[in-house]
Amino acid sequence: MVVITAALAGVFSYQYMSAPQSIILNGAGASFPFPLIDKWISEYHKIKPNVQVNYQSIGSGGGIKQHTEKTVQFAASDAPLTEKQAANATNTLHIPITIGGVVPTYNVPGLPKGLRFSGEVLADIFLGKINKWNDPRLVALNPDFSLPSQEIIVVHRSDGSGTTFIWTSYLCQVSQDWKTTIGKGTSVNWPTGLGGKGNEGVAGLISQNPYSIGYVEFIYAKKNNLTWGRVRNAAGEFIEPSLESFATAASFASVILPKGDESWSKVSIVDSVVNNEQARGAYPITSFSYFLVYKELSVLPNMDEASAKALVEFLWWTVHDGQKYSAELIYVPLPESVVRHNEETIRMITFNGRQLWQG
Amino acid sequence: MKKPQMLLFFSNGLKPKFLKAFKRPITGDYAFKLITGAFASAILLILGLMAYSLAEGSRPSIQRFGISFLFGTKWDPAISQVFGALPLILGTLTTSAIALLIGVPISIGIGLALSEYMPRELSFVISFLVELLAAIPSVIYGLWGIFTLIPFLRNNVYPYVQSVLGFIPLFSGPIYGGGVLTGGIILAIMIIPIVSAVSRDAFSAVPNTIREAMISLGATKWETVKTVISCARAGVTGAVILGLGRAVGETMAITMVIGNKFQFLPSSLFDAWHTMAAIIANEFTEATYELYSSALIEVGLVLFLVTLAINITARLLLWRSLRFVRGIVMM
Repeated sequence: MVVITAALAGVFSYQYMSAPQSIILNGAGASFPFPLIDKWISEYHKIKPNVQVNYQSIGSGGGIKQHTEKTVQFAASDAPLTEKQAANATNTLHIPITIGGVVPTYNVPGLPKGLRFSGEVLADIFLGKINKWNDPRLVALNPDFSLPSQEIIVVHRSDGSGTTFIWTSYLCQVSQDWKTTIGKGTSVNWPTGLGGKGNEGVAGLISQNPYSIGYVEFIYAKKNNLTWGRVRNAAGEFIEPSLESFATAASFASVILPKGDESWSKVSIVDSVVNNEQARGAYPITSFSYFLVYKELSVLPNMDEASAKALVEFLWWTVHDGQKYSAELIYVPLPESVVRHNEETIRMITFNGRQLWQG
Repeated sequence: MKKPQMLLFFSNGLKPKFLKAFKRPITGDYAFKLITGAFASAILLILGLMAYSLAEGSRPSIQRFGISFLFGTKWDPAISQVFGALPLILGTLTTSAIALLIGVPISIGIGLALSEYMPRELSFVISFLVELLAAIPSVIYGLWGIFTLIPFLRNNVYPYVQSVLGFIPLFSGPIYGGGVLTGGIILAIMIIPIVSAVSRDAFSAVPNTIREAMISLGATKWETVKTVISCARAGVTGAVILGLGRAVGETMAITMVIGNKFQFLPSSLFDAWHTMAAIIANEFTEATYELYSSALIEVGLVLFLVTLAINITARLLLWRSLRFVRGIVMM
């Protein structure tokens, strides 16, 4: 099968015809890291012209499904596998590849960037309990702003997304009420508000509706110059979302990461910094994106040793050299400690029991 | 007549051989009949497979929720993992009804103008433009909805509508721009090309003898047109069914403007709502556990059945009106 696809690809590209053995690696999953993965693929192809990596950005859910059914060689997900998902895809390794943050964004005429929020206030806004911009609790957080007496219009994602997963994970941590009535997930039963499809749908609704508030990925907010707020962390600081404050948050989480082949279902940057008073400078609504690969690659039907080796080399490259493309695409480069952690994980990968990384 | 002569020319003139040669096209005929028959039954096969895989995929959800899936008003993938589709069904039916209410009269008007009133050249140009509209992808309609239609309705139309009709609960409440009415309007715009094109054809297909007969009896243009409408009723009903089919199944454009709010009933026509097609498009890729994706597939199954029910009902109406029209013509 690999040979056939490789041969087919060769017809379309001169490079393949000249390469001694061309290898095709297929991946699928989360859309959040797609621009970065896409960049990796094109850069890696320049270094290794005989390796063609394909990645379909079909969403974390689809990626996990294809990983479980072993129809792709690697998958990407914004959330680690749950216990149940891991049981269906035993011996899956988690490799954090990048870090992203979710920011509250709002449209209140006359109000600049930098409104201050606390977790409890955000949860109550999204629960519909705080429904006016001049609610005493918002005013108490923002004595310097003059907040209008207007109804708050809540905007959320209508499509299932990792962004919603991160946002609702955070709200679960800061509000008991949210945790027991709404919960966390890629989609939830929203108690109030309008749904927009994708970051652009949310941003569109917010820009069209004065006095609205929603949440989007930081990358999207930054690229489109949206108005975002600051969020209070456990240390009591109001943190501006930025690549630095996300990296700081990730560094606090990375000290307690499980081994690559252990259960990652409890791993969450949100959970590890939200109540951590030591986590100074950490922006709490932050998350890893992961590559998911099998520890023993021979379990995949379309895998031979050469492809397995190529996959491991690609993975190694992405967590090392690949990280330098993060900043230009507004992704957070992995902290050194996470890179070391990933090295150990990648060393675990085998083909018919033989370790593949020779480094 | 030419072909047998040719065969005769090439054969050696003996009778049995001639007959044998003559038989060949008949065998081909039979084969062709079989092949086309196979193509036609492929439709049945595809439909059957589709129904089967939808039913198979939704089995976990059917087993878990049974009939209550159709009447449930809660959609909670996170905590209770309970799924009910009633609001989605109502949302789809309501927005499609609004689309027909707005779109059909306009489309019939367009069809009549093109077939009965306009000079041939102008009619040709307008027909071409109408068909061009039908070729626009729905995501483009959706984007246009977000960036042009919604701001326009929100700033210029809805406040006025509310100031006049605000005493009716349907037109009260906050105006977001997107919502049920906006969804219906965008669907109306999307079905106009198909409905007007098909009804134009239906009007054009009415034999000229009927028009001539009406005029010779001293009927005015309007009276003639009324008769044309009533003769073309079957075709127009077909056009409306096609439009309804498009409205019910429309996904991309509607999800971009309706607000995607899962609630039993919206507070007004300006409030956000949800539809069956929209929730599938929104949530399927990230439906991370079996029951969840199964519930979404069951929504697909319900959509399939609703479409089927609409088509059958419309077809029955069509037959009835067809008989009625024939009655008139024969009189």
